[in-house]
Amino acid sequence: MDPHWRHFEHKADIGLCGCGPTLASAFEQAALALTAVVTEPQRVEAQRRIEIRCQAPDIELLLYDWLNAVILQMATRKWLFGHSQVAIDGLQLRATLWGEPVAAARHRPAVEPKGATLTALSVEQLPDGWCARCVVDV
Amino acid sequence: MRRADLEQVDRYCWRLAPHGEMRVPAIFYASAELIDGMDDKVFEQAVNVASLPGIVKASYAMPDAHWGYGFPIGGVAAFDAEQGGVVSAGGVGFDISCGVRTLHTGLQVQDVQSSKRLLADELYRTVPAGVGSTGHISLNHKEMVAMLKGGARWAVGQGFGWPEDLERTEEQGCMAGADPKRVSADARRRQRDEMGTLGSGNHYLELQWVTDIFDQSIADAFGLAAGDVVITIHCGSRGLGHQIGTEFLREMAITASDFGIRLPDRELACAPIHSEVGEHYLGAMRAGINCALANRQIITHLVRRAFKQVLPQARLELLYDVSHNTCKLESHLIDGQQRQLYVHRKGATRAFGPGHPGLPAAYRQVGQPVLIGGSMGTCSYVLAGTSEAEELSFSSACHGAGRAMSRRAALRQWRGRQLVDELANRGILIRSPSMRGVAEEAPGAYKDVTEVVDAAELAGLARKVARLEPLLCVKG
Repeated sequence: MDPHWRHFEHKADIGLCGCGPTLASAFEQAALALTAVVTEPQRVEAQRRIEIRCQAPDIELLLYDWLNAVILQMATRKWLFGHSQVAIDGLQLRATLWGEPVAAARHRPAVEPKGATLTALSVEQLPDGWCARCVVDV
Repeated sequence: MRRADLEQVDRYCWRLAPHGEMRVPAIFYASAELIDGMDDKVFEQAVNVASLPGIVKASYAMPDAHWGYGFPIGGVAAFDAEQGGVVSAGGVGFDISCGVRTLHTGLQVQDVQSSKRLLADELYRTVPAGVGSTGHISLNHKEMVAMLKGGARWAVGQGFGWPEDLERTEEQGCMAGADPKRVSADARRRQRDEMGTLGSGNHYLELQWVTDIFDQSIADAFGLAAGDVVITIHCGSRGLGHQIGTEFLREMAITASDFGIRLPDRELACAPIHSEVGEHYLGAMRAGINCALANRQIITHLVRRAFKQVLPQARLELLYDVSHNTCKLESHLIDGQQRQLYVHRKGATRAFGPGHPGLPAAYRQVGQPVLIGGSMGTCSYVLAGTSEAEELSFSSACHGAGRAMSRRAALRQWRGRQLVDELANRGILIRSPSMRGVAEEAPGAYKDVTEVVDAAELAGLARKVARLEPLLCVKG
C-alpha cells in the first residue's frame, strides 16, 4: 500500500484517514490529513522541527493522543506541519515534525482544529498495510 | 432511521420507546421533514445517551440535531447525581460554553447603510479572527486564575465592558464552582494569547437588522423593534475549552469501566458526577464556561471600540448572552418534585420560561431570550423561553440551523470569492481571512434555520419574537 491520506464525510466536522504500509506511516499520513484540514500540506515549508512523544493504553488512544499532540503544537506555536517522521514501539510513539509559523497570505488557513475526537476512531490492519481514522472537531 | 420506527406523539414530537440498554425513551422535537433529514447517527446517539446511568425522563434531540460526539449536537440530557448520574465531556463538547451574545446598537437600519463598509473594515481590524490570530491581551498565571474564576465579571473588572452587561449574561457572567486547579498547564498555555479572539469555523460577528416582529409584547421587553440594528457575537472558550475537552474525554474513556459503566460507544465517555474524575471535570468545565463568558465580554468591548470610531452615536447595550455547550446544575420539577439535575446541553440553548428566578428582572415576565444564529447569508432569530419547555425539554431549545452538508461537500460546490461577491450584491458584506473558510461555511451548507425555528416554536420549546437579517459578517 502506498502512503496516502483522505478526508471522509462528517456533517459538522471533518473525518480524516491516513493509510500506509506500516502503522507509523499511517500515523504520519493521518497528521498530513490533519494539516489538510487547515491548508494544503504542500504549501507548508519544513523550516523548523519539533519532537513529540506520547504513550497510551491502546492503539486507538495512541492515535487520539498523537493527533491531539499535533493540534496542541499547532495551537500554542501558531505553526503548521507539512511533514512528520513517526516511530511506534508498542504503545509508545516518538515523532519529529517539520513545519513553519502560520503565514496567512501563503497558507490561507481555512479553519482551526479544536481536537481529535473518539468519534469513528479506529486503527485497522489491512492485508497490505494500516489505516488510521478519526473525526476532528473544527 | 425511518419515521415509521418512531412513535409520533404529536406533529412535532417523536418518541422512541426504551429498548435494549435504554433506561428512558428518546424524544425528538422536529417536523416530519426535519426527521427525514436527520442523519441516522442522531438516532443512534440519542439512544446511546438514553442508556447512561442516572439519566432522568428522556434523552432529547432538538430540531437542529445532527451527528455529534457521543451526544448528538442538539442533544439534551439531565442526570441525577444521587441516582448514580454521570457527567460527560462529549455531552458538553470541545467548545465549552460556545454561545451567542446579541447587543442593541440604538441605531436603525438606515443609520448604518452608508457606514457599513467602514464599520466592516473597522470590526475586522479590531476583533482578531481566524486561524493563528492572537488577542491583544496576554494573561500571566495570576490573571489567568482570576479570569477562570471570574468570567465576564473579571473582564468587566478589568475595564472590558459595563457592569450592567453582567445582569444580561447567563449566571450573571460568572459560573460558580469553577476550579482553575483542574485546568491543565497545556490548556492555559493554549489560551494565553487567545483572549478576545473570535476563532474560526462557524464563529462570527454579525451586524443584523430586525425585519419582523412576531410577538410585540415580548419584543418590547427585549427592547427590539422592526428596523433596529443589533450586533451578534458567536464564539466560545477558544483553545482552553478545546484542551479541557480533549483531556477529560480521554480520561473518562479510560476510567469508565472502573466505575462499572458500560459504554455503548467509547465516544460516550463519562464519569459518575460523584467521582474524582467527574468532580475534576465539572471544576475545569466551569472554568471553561468562565473563559467563554470573559472572551465574549472582551469582544463586546472591542466591538464597542470599533463602533466608537465609525458610528459614535451608537450605544451598545447587551440584549442577552446564552451558552449552548454546557452542563449545569439546575432545579427541575419531576413528577411534582423539585430535583437537582445536571443538565447537559450540547448544541442546545437554555430556554427558561416566564417567572424563572434565574432571569434578569427585565425579562422575568416574558421568558429568557433564546438567540438562534444563522449562517452568514441567512436570517437569525430571537426567541423566548416558554413555561411548557420545563416539562418538554428541561427548558431547552435549538441553537442554530445545523449543517446540511459536510465541509468537503461545501468546498466542492462553492468558491469563497464568488460567495462573497454574491452576498455583497445582496447587501451583505463579508470580511474573512480565509476564502476557503467562507466556502466551507456557505449559507447553503446549512439547514433552513426558519424550518428549525418554526419546529421549535410549534413543539412548544420557545416562542418566536423577532427575525434578523445580516448586514455584514466577520467570519473567523
